[in-house]
Amino acid sequence: MSSIIRESHIMKIHYLTALVAVGFVIIHIMIRFTHGSFANSLEFESVIANYKSIPYAIVLEAMLILISVHGFNGLRIILLELKQGKAYENAVTYGCLAAMIALIAYGSRTIIMASMGMV
Amino acid sequence: MTKGGLLPKGFERPTVLASPSDSGVQEKYEEVKSSSKTIVLRISKFNPEKDQRTTFLEFTVPYQRWTTVLDAILEVKNNYDHSIGVRYSCRQATCGSCGMIINGKPKLACFTKISELDSDVVTVEPMNNFPVIRDLAVGFERMISTHKRIKPYIIREDSEISSGTKEFLQTPEDVEKYIQFASCIKCGLCNSACPTMATDSTFIGPQGLAQAYRYIADNRDQGKDERLKIIDERHGIWGCHFAGSCSQVCPKGVDPAMGIQMLRGYLLGYRK
Repeated sequence: MSSIIRESHIMKIHYLTALVAVGFVIIHIMIRFTHGSFANSLEFESVIANYKSIPYAIVLEAMLILISVHGFNGLRIILLELKQGKAYENAVTYGCLAAMIALIAYGSRTIIMASMGMV
Repeated sequence: MTKGGLLPKGFERPTVLASPSDSGVQEKYEEVKSSSKTIVLRISKFNPEKDQRTTFLEFTVPYQRWTTVLDAILEVKNNYDHSIGVRYSCRQATCGSCGMIINGKPKLACFTKISELDSDVVTVEPMNNFPVIRDLAVGFERMISTHKRIKPYIIREDSEISSGTKEFLQTPEDVEKYIQFASCIKCGLCNSACPTMATDSTFIGPQGLAQAYRYIADNRDQGKDERLKIIDERHGIWGCHFAGSCSQVCPKGVDPAMGIQMLRGYLLGYRK
């Protein structure tokens, strides 16, 4: 059953997003430990302050994109392995793609609004 | 259900023992009888056309140090239950016909000695991930069709048998790259052990993928791109989770898991 793009290209993206996401998550954790109090990091003011720092907002946006792409492709692979059939496979593929885009759009909206002081 | 079988194959038949000229056989029988041990052989019985579920028949079977599981099954088939469905041919691990699950593991019945199993009960079942035809015999249609799909032959425009050409010479190093994969006897044990095959009905499987590597790694072949395109799809090579069970069960020492990783190298660009 043919895909829209070659499966090897999808898997290259899958592996690459995992590797790069690990790097960004390490940066994220290091910032949490080195800037301010770790215990207070989830307080409203602290979270909003994070978004207002443009470099940190970029790190968060990158993590959102990388983990969404990797996670929804992983979910697609698992679901395709559980059941087969053209209609089901297309529904899973396009469903995961739509969910990935929706999550990135919603998360990006939150990051942009918070960094621009709209919340 | 437990059926008899205290005497070794052939010796209990009156037609054999009644003849005075068979005194040598009688002596041999006494010798074998006194030296043989017995196991309980549990054979899976299932006919998809009639049965709702699998049942197990139990037979007490004598065995010697050299008795294989196939010998024991044929002993039962010849003397106690002719209806047992089992596929076999060469009895020397060459034809790949007698693959089955023996005490929970995929093995060739002709290549598995009862004495090596270290168990008083030997349970034989049909291979997993194959449709059961009857009892221990399974259908190979899916495996053969995926085997054919990966084009298991040398692809090139010229031919070594056309006039004016010579055979394509290979160095021992060239042969070493693929020769273990050429040992595949299509017994299906690797596909039976594969966890992905259990859920993905369209997965190519370790047998087909290993054979794709066998021809891609052969420097006489020019069909690499064709084959890589075939395996680079949703239910192709990426379905492998590298459990490695295919390599563990292969009776011929083929390592399909390694072949699959080599193929991934071609597709990800770190092998040429």
